[in-house]
Amino acid sequence: MSDLVMAAVVVVGIPAALVGYILGVEFVLRIFPQQRRSKVRPWLWILPAGLFVFVFLIYPAIGTLIDSFKDRRSEDFVGLANYEYVFTNRDVIGAIGNNVLWLILFTALTVGFGLAIAILLDRVRYESAAKSVVFLPMAISFVAAGVIWSVVYAYDPPGSSQTGPLNAIVTGLGGNPVSWLRNGSTGTYALIVIGVWMWTGFCMVILSAGLKGISVELLEAARVDGANEWHVFRHIILPLLMPTIAVVSTTMIIIALKAFDIVYVTTNGNFGTDVLANRMYNELFNFSQFGRAAAIAIVLMLAITPILVANVRRFREQEAIR
Amino acid sequence: MRVPRSRWLALSAAGSLLAAACAGGSATPVPPAGSAPVDGSPGASGPTASGPAATGAIGGSVSVIGTWGGDEEEAFRAMIAPFEAETGITVEYTGTRDLNAVLTTGVASGILPDLAGLPGPGQMAEFADRGALVDLGTVLDVDEYTEQTAPAFVELGTVEGQLSGVFIKSAVKGFIWYDVEQFTGEAPATWEDLQALPNDPADSKWCVAVESEAASGWPGTDWIEDFVLRQSGPEVYDAWVAGEQAWTSPEIRGAFEAFGEVVANSFGGPDYILNTPFGEGGNPLFEEPPGCLFHHQASFITSFFQEQGGAAPEDYDFFPFPDINPEFAGSLTGAGDLFGMFNDTPQSRALMNYLVTPEAQQIWVDIGGALSGNREVTEYPDEISQRSAEALVNAEIFRFDASDLMPEAMNNAFWSAILQYVQTPGDLDRILTELDATQESAYAE
Repeated sequence: MSDLVMAAVVVVGIPAALVGYILGVEFVLRIFPQQRRSKVRPWLWILPAGLFVFVFLIYPAIGTLIDSFKDRRSEDFVGLANYEYVFTNRDVIGAIGNNVLWLILFTALTVGFGLAIAILLDRVRYESAAKSVVFLPMAISFVAAGVIWSVVYAYDPPGSSQTGPLNAIVTGLGGNPVSWLRNGSTGTYALIVIGVWMWTGFCMVILSAGLKGISVELLEAARVDGANEWHVFRHIILPLLMPTIAVVSTTMIIIALKAFDIVYVTTNGNFGTDVLANRMYNELFNFSQFGRAAAIAIVLMLAITPILVANVRRFREQEAIR
Repeated sequence: MRVPRSRWLALSAAGSLLAAACAGGSATPVPPAGSAPVDGSPGASGPTASGPAATGAIGGSVSVIGTWGGDEEEAFRAMIAPFEAETGITVEYTGTRDLNAVLTTGVASGILPDLAGLPGPGQMAEFADRGALVDLGTVLDVDEYTEQTAPAFVELGTVEGQLSGVFIKSAVKGFIWYDVEQFTGEAPATWEDLQALPNDPADSKWCVAVESEAASGWPGTDWIEDFVLRQSGPEVYDAWVAGEQAWTSPEIRGAFEAFGEVVANSFGGPDYILNTPFGEGGNPLFEEPPGCLFHHQASFITSFFQEQGGAAPEDYDFFPFPDINPEFAGSLTGAGDLFGMFNDTPQSRALMNYLVTPEAQQIWVDIGGALSGNREVTEYPDEISQRSAEALVNAEIFRFDASDLMPEAMNNAFWSAILQYVQTPGDLDRILTELDATQESAYAE
């Protein structure tokens, strides 16, 4: 019952509050002279959004930055000790290395496969059905995907029947079962495969939409002029698709840096598969090392920032051209 | 949101108590309800309920978070069913795998369950230090609790003189399990005798399995703990728990090496050990031909034997981990599930008082897979749990699971070290050196 009341309040109350705010702004604007009003109005309109961004984004980020210079309980300042730990501890360095692997392989494979599938499926009649199948894993949660793939990678000793499909194939071909996730060398790659399986569909959908935006006349004209399919792809499709590819790549890079759920569910960072986000989680919740966790968070944020800056800059350039 | 709600509950509970009293109800042992959440002074606590029958109707609800899911959750629900029926209090139980995360954020934000299972004594001390845990001395009749509980458990639940956690069930660790058809000899008196036994007809002497999701590795830590206690004695063990014994010292290294010998004579090899969930670890005992002769695990493994291994209760038996150094004969390690109180409400007080009673703990014991934390519980449903409980009571040297007592960062590093050691035994030097480094930071304030 109280849920219904709450829902009613939300459905009716939020639009009412918004309208009320706009009317209130007009009321406040009356104290300004007529010619200044149009300058002040946008600031007042953006104020609520600005407040939300400040309270939920900027303020916590500053808090995290300060905590990263404090001790494990965020009480006393310890200088750069937490950053020293992040860049000297063998486990954390291993996690950074794995994040780099994620960054390169995950981004390259999702965008690469997404692009290839988008272009190939563009030429077949059963396009939407095939795209749906590729997109399907997106609808599965990370945790469920981790569980599904734990079964795919399952290991049983040589000689016994294999539960895991992958090892069933390996043994069927006469090989010995491989402990895919837990052997210290293939773990991270096995986890990246899970990520690629989940996110290729997303890349494909976005890139496919971009592809549909390229005018058919342009491609026809090139073909009439004697360009073969590779030339069409290389010199027309790819340059025109570049802005879309950049956006998709940025998204994938951010996802690679944030990688957590898959690692947490399958190996919890053991067997050389740790990543920074999982390490941060462990430092924060299991080891009660608030300072170190904050330092890792800041490192992650700094790693993502240049990519975001480049993205925003490129976006502005495009707007300028338009 | 939370505080007004519990206040309101407290008031309504006070009302219903009053009503019960007016109706000529028996003396209500629960402390004056209205006063409890407001001041929570020791004076507010009255004599303790001696049984579920005495709690009377209170109503309202109490939130509980623990790690129990599946069978354990059902056992817990069975345990609290009479309490709910008696008091009219609804117990809102949530089982989570992320107990540590839920409680750590809860302690920081103040949004906490009324009662919660605690990850371990180390983490409990952390919460108590921050003042998050209610002093159970104001909730329970401490004298009665002390009298009914093994001194080691009382001590483990106490942080700087304040009773912060109670054990509502326990387990004996380090029993050696076998299939009664495969091993028919006498229980070996010493570890040497045990190692000298032939494997026949099994493929290997041991079955080891350490996979346990985010906690993978812990079954190996139990091995190391059993070796440390029996090779080097309780003093070294205590120093090790306290972070004063280096991992690279000969005592701890010796325990790892002894475990290494076990792993080397283990069914399936490292890949099998690392990939097999601990609950299925004993299954090869019962296969035809058997994969191994012995499996080392805590007393709760019997329910896994029956559910995962397809064994009947008469198919298996155990003997205690044999002595190694005669000086420390009769050593035993054990563990238990700690329970603490975060919010002082009449409902949480009533539930806490109920959970420590022998009557309540008997319910879980009867369902199986658990020993009681209460010494008054002496009725066990089968011979094996009866003998487990006796072993717990009769141990000459009893020590709590070391890894559970260590700071969480140390515990995690210990788990991880087991995985690394099983995979690459040759890296022992590096593994122990890194554990020393973790020790240095994990114990630092």
